[in-house]
Amino acid sequence: MNAPLASATRAWPAEGLTRVPYWIYQDPDIYALEQERIFRGATWTFLGLAAEIPNAGDWKTTFVGEMPVVVARDASGTLHAFENRCAHRGALLCLKRHGNSKEIACIYHNWTYDLAGNLTAVAFRRGIRGKGGMPPDAQPESQAPRQLRLADYHGLLFGTLSERTPPIEDYLGSEIAVRARRVMKEPVKVLGSYSQLLPNNWKLYLDNVKDTYHASLLHLFFTTFRINRLSQDGGVIVGGDGGHHVSYTLRNTGTRGEEYEMDRMRSAQDGFRLEVPDVLDSVDEFGDGITIQILASFPGFVLHQIMNSLAVRQVIPKGVGRTELVWTCFGFAGDDEAMTARRLRQANLVGPAGFISMEDGAATGFVQRGVAGAPDRASVVEMGGRAVGSDPSRVNETSVRGLWQAYRNYMGF
Amino acid sequence: MAVDIALQVEIEQLLTRYAHCLDDDRVEEWPAFFVESGRYKITTAENLERDLPLPILYADSRAMMRDRVSALRHANIYEAHRYRHLVSGTLVERIDAGAVRAVSNFAVIRIMHTGESMLFASGRYLDRIRLAGDGGRPQFEEKVVVLDSRQIDTLLAIPL
Repeated sequence: MNAPLASATRAWPAEGLTRVPYWIYQDPDIYALEQERIFRGATWTFLGLAAEIPNAGDWKTTFVGEMPVVVARDASGTLHAFENRCAHRGALLCLKRHGNSKEIACIYHNWTYDLAGNLTAVAFRRGIRGKGGMPPDAQPESQAPRQLRLADYHGLLFGTLSERTPPIEDYLGSEIAVRARRVMKEPVKVLGSYSQLLPNNWKLYLDNVKDTYHASLLHLFFTTFRINRLSQDGGVIVGGDGGHHVSYTLRNTGTRGEEYEMDRMRSAQDGFRLEVPDVLDSVDEFGDGITIQILASFPGFVLHQIMNSLAVRQVIPKGVGRTELVWTCFGFAGDDEAMTARRLRQANLVGPAGFISMEDGAATGFVQRGVAGAPDRASVVEMGGRAVGSDPSRVNETSVRGLWQAYRNYMGF
Repeated sequence: MAVDIALQVEIEQLLTRYAHCLDDDRVEEWPAFFVESGRYKITTAENLERDLPLPILYADSRAMMRDRVSALRHANIYEAHRYRHLVSGTLVERIDAGAVRAVSNFAVIRIMHTGESMLFASGRYLDRIRLAGDGGRPQFEEKVVVLDSRQIDTLLAIPL
C-alpha cells in the first residue's frame, strides 16, 4: 500500500458523498498522493488545443499535475506528449511556453531528442579522442522522459501516463463526449490566452465549476440581466465515473425569476441596466438554443460556451493552496469579422476580469481561508438530495457529489 | 530632436491625474479620461507578440466603461482593495497637430483591506491622446494596457 496518511483522523465522514472533509484541501500528504494516484494515475489530463501547435515542429509546454510536459507535432504531423525532463540529470528540456524546432536539445549537456521524446544523441558519448565518454554498456535511455498516451479528441488534447486509462470517449461517457463534440464542431482558431492564479487548492476550483447552484447566487451580473436564472430551463448531466459533467441553460424559456424576488436575495437587486447591452448580443451558432454550456472533466478540464465566448480552461495544481487556471479563448477558422468581434467583446464576461467569472477566484480562496482551523469539519453537499445523477434542476449539487465520488475512487478513500 | 517640454508635462499630468483617480477610488471619473468613442483594452505582452487579439478587459466607448464601473459598484463581488500606480518613463511622439502617441511604464501595487500588499501588475501603457478633448484638456482616444506577465493574481476588478 501507499504511505500512511498524516493522522488517524483522516477518515471520510460517515455521511459519504454529502460531506467533504476540509483536510482534503489542506494536507500536503494528500496533495502528494493526488499527484501519484490521480495525475500520474488512470486519468486524462487536458494538455491544450491542437490548434495551439498547428505546424510541423510546433511544441508547447504544460503540466500533468506537477509534472512538466512537452506537447509536440512532429514533421509528419503526428502529435506527441512526453515528460519535460532530460534523461541525463533531469533538467527541463523546453523552457519556453511555445516553440518550433526540428529536435529538442537539453541546454545543460546538449543531449538531444526527437519530437516524440526519444533520446537521439548523447554529447561526447564516446568521449574526445578516446578519452572520457560513457562505458559501452551504459543505458542512458533507461531514464528517458516518459512518453504519454495522447488523445486528440476533436482538437482537444489529453494525455495520460497510465496504460489503464480507458479511451477518452469511454472515460468521459457518451453523454459528455457528445457535448464536447457539439462545441468542437469546426477547425479552431486560437484568440489568446492568460492565466489566473487562485489562492486555493485545485479541487476547490473544480468543485466551484461543478457547483451549478452557485452561478446565479454569486455571479450577480448574470441574474441582474437575466442571462441565467435557475428558473430558466436547462439541466445538469453527470457522466463517466461521476467526475465529468455538463450544465446547460436554454434561451429565455423560464419564468421571470419571481423565486428570487420572493426569497429577497441579494442577486435579485434591480434597477441596474447596461448602457451598452451589445456585450450580451449573441447568435445561436450551434442551432440548439443553448446559451450556456459548461463542461468539466476530472481532474482539471473545463470547456465553456457562454453565449459566443468559447474557451478551454486548464486547472493546474501549484501546491496545496495554490492553483493556476489557464484560459485559452478560441473561435473557429471560418468565423467572419463580426463573429470574431462578438467573441472578443464577450471576452469581457470571462477570465480574471470577467463580469460573470471574477468572483470564482475570490470565493474559492474564501473557502481555503475559512476552513483553516477546521480540518476535521466538513462541507454540506445536500442540494438535490444525496445521490449522483443527471437532473433537470440546477438547484442541485449532484455534479459536486459526482466529483467526490470519482475522487474517492482514484484515491482509494 | 528638441523635446517639447510643455507637451511632455501636459501628457505626464494626464497620466498622473489618471493614476490618482484610480488610486483614490474615484472610478466613476475614470471614463471621463477618454473621448466619447475611446477604446480601453487590457492585454498581455504574450498575446500582443503572438498577434492574438484576446483582451482581458475591453471597452470601446465611455458608455461601456460606465457599465464596467457600475458592475464594479453594484454587481461584482470582490474583497476591498486599492491600487497604487507608479507611472514613469513616458515618451511622447506627435501624430499630428491634434494628437500624440505616448508610451509609459507602469507598476501597480495592490493593497488588500487586510494590509496584504503585493506587486499586482507591471507593463506598458500604449496611449493615443487627443490634445484638445472636452474642455480643451487632453483625453485618451485609445489606451492599451500591456501586462508584462500572463498571470493575474486572483482577479482584476478595478481598471489599471
